[in-house]
Amino acid sequence: MTSTTHLRLLTTFEHSQDANQQVVSLANDEDPLTLKDNIETIERIELNFPHFTDGRAYSQAYLLRRRLGFKGDLRARGDVLIDQLVQMERTGFSSAVLKEGVDPSDAQRQFERFLAFYQSDVVTETPVLHRRALEPLK
Amino acid sequence: MYQYTEFDRAFVRSRAAQFRDQIERWQSGKLSEDDFRPLRLQNGWYVQRHAPMLRVAVPYGELSSAQLRVLARVAREYDEPEAEAYRLASEAQRKLGTVHLPTHYAHFTTRTNVQFNWISLSKAADVMDLLASVNMHGIQTSGNCIRNISCDERAGVAPDEVTDPRPFAEIMRQWTTLHPEFAFLPRKFKIAMTGATEDRAATDWHDVGLHLLRNDTGELGFRVSVGGGMGRTPVIGTVMREFLPWNQIMNYIEAVVRVYNQFGRRDNKYKARIKILVKAEGQRYIDEVEDEFRQIVEHDGGPHTIPQAELDRVSASFLPPALPKRLDHATSADALAKLKAQAALHPQFERWLQRNVALHKDPSLRIVTLSFKRLLQAPGDASADQLDLVAGLSDRFSAGEARVTHTQNLALPWVHADDLFPLWEAARDAGLASANVHLLTDMIACPGGDFCALANARSIPVAEAVTQLYQDLDELNDIGEIDLHISGCINSCGHHHSGHIGILGVDKDGKEWYQVTLGGSDGSATSGAAQAGKVIGPSFSAHEVSEVIDAVLSTYLSIRQSIGSRQERFIETVRRVGLDPFKSAANDVRKSEERVA
Repeated sequence: MTSTTHLRLLTTFEHSQDANQQVVSLANDEDPLTLKDNIETIERIELNFPHFTDGRAYSQAYLLRRRLGFKGDLRARGDVLIDQLVQMERTGFSSAVLKEGVDPSDAQRQFERFLAFYQSDVVTETPVLHRRALEPLK
Repeated sequence: MYQYTEFDRAFVRSRAAQFRDQIERWQSGKLSEDDFRPLRLQNGWYVQRHAPMLRVAVPYGELSSAQLRVLARVAREYDEPEAEAYRLASEAQRKLGTVHLPTHYAHFTTRTNVQFNWISLSKAADVMDLLASVNMHGIQTSGNCIRNISCDERAGVAPDEVTDPRPFAEIMRQWTTLHPEFAFLPRKFKIAMTGATEDRAATDWHDVGLHLLRNDTGELGFRVSVGGGMGRTPVIGTVMREFLPWNQIMNYIEAVVRVYNQFGRRDNKYKARIKILVKAEGQRYIDEVEDEFRQIVEHDGGPHTIPQAELDRVSASFLPPALPKRLDHATSADALAKLKAQAALHPQFERWLQRNVALHKDPSLRIVTLSFKRLLQAPGDASADQLDLVAGLSDRFSAGEARVTHTQNLALPWVHADDLFPLWEAARDAGLASANVHLLTDMIACPGGDFCALANARSIPVAEAVTQLYQDLDELNDIGEIDLHISGCINSCGHHHSGHIGILGVDKDGKEWYQVTLGGSDGSATSGAAQAGKVIGPSFSAHEVSEVIDAVLSTYLSIRQSIGSRQERFIETVRRVGLDPFKSAANDVRKSEERVA
């Protein structure tokens, strides 16, 4: 990860306190591109994981950030597994609501594991494979 | 072979550490069984009929001798059931008729991976660390993600090759590895690639099938087909692009997978593969993908366009190995005369030369297939000792490299023609020189009901019965080239749909029955365009299967015609006369009163 600020992790209580924003919630079978016309005015978009193995919201997040240039808070809700926090961050999520009883240190540890990834993503625009091609091999 | 950089090595180690963390959280109860399952699957860990199963990725089928030795060590030291589990497993299988369940084995799969059947989950993290020591892992060998990419087993050595597909397969391996957006697709996603004119990778049967080719102006690109797959709805891939410039391939596949991720069905796992989406939506799916591809390139800036410098960097790993200088020139009249003399003295060697040795793009070299289809061992099974032995053979004869083939054998890609005789002697002594490549007994078979939790019936005993029945090489050669594919259930891991003869295990009232199909094709030149075989009537009992095969083959032998100087192949006869004569011959075999509808 090139950025040092990570996805903001919230408890359900913190999330419930976090209500004073212009929020849009999208079901994971809705087309995110329909938000195109008012994307500038939205402060937060919440995307849902009905089950953690349903990966549609990752594509929604990518499209909102890359395709529509959404600058606000992009929040993961639902069945958020700590093993997917890094993936969420890489596809453009900026916050995630953790399930009850999750050990925050277990969650934090997930961000420290991989130094970098092969592909480009919303956080890192140049894929490792390009950078390596441009730099001499060590 | 691809040379791992420090980045690649660190990545595999990090993945092993992450999996260790997940196992520990599962063991301590922090991670539920249900949450752990998809995570262990994406590291290659299943829980099967009697024990866990590990699937190790072998990217594009390439193995170094060092990797073979580590696989041998895993088989020897870790592929060992706990005594009680083994007792229960043996008891359960004995009821079906299996007298012995092998342990300490590795198994080669049709997607050129390696599986182990008895490693305890408590040793999983240690095994992953051991594999990581030779750059191996189980990343994305299971689960609803982009799986290991399979390739032509003769990549980089085949005389009929347009270009070596391995550098592209490696770049694609990197792109697919822990892709953040595509780890939880509706269903599994498999890519196969070839750079040759002959398709040895069953590409049209894959979710994405790629053929490297040159267009009229000599530029390199891919023919891209999407939506092939087996299972209960066999479908041949639809060609989406006849020619896509090579450097756009990742951008294009990104579009293919993104549209699938959004619109593929998730309500029914039997309708969740991309083939169903492509079939249901047809042109609409293609239009969506083309539109998304344009957006990726024009709006997103084509982030995964492959730079020439990166292709060059990766390609440098796949240069032919430096082989020792030889005094003999294999192409010289002397060397060929010597081979002929040896063949005349050793008829078995001569047969092996004809069946198991293929031409190489370097005229002094050959590609040799070590056959893992022989009596007493299941198709594609290799013992720890055999793996060590093959490691030695590949060091001595093949620049330290072997390839797992789609048909569950190993190929040695760099054998000097002068070494063929000593290699044959060593392979023969090890029981790996059956001269049966592409013949009836070189069948594809899944582990079936002896190991797999999904299987409806056992596959290994069917393979064994056929192997026993057809030991005579004259008879096998007379029958000629034929693809016999055996699956223990409709998931089709044994590729029964693409077999000239396909055998499918079905379950009826707890008994094993087998459906027989004829006329399938994997898309190779001898088999014709990829297609699914057709069922020849109600299922047969386990005892009848080998008799049915015998009846079908006798029919073929009696009605085949000559084509020029050769006999029509089995598949050619089936195409010419249709199923009826075979159906009636098979029907005569039926003895059982009780029938499956």
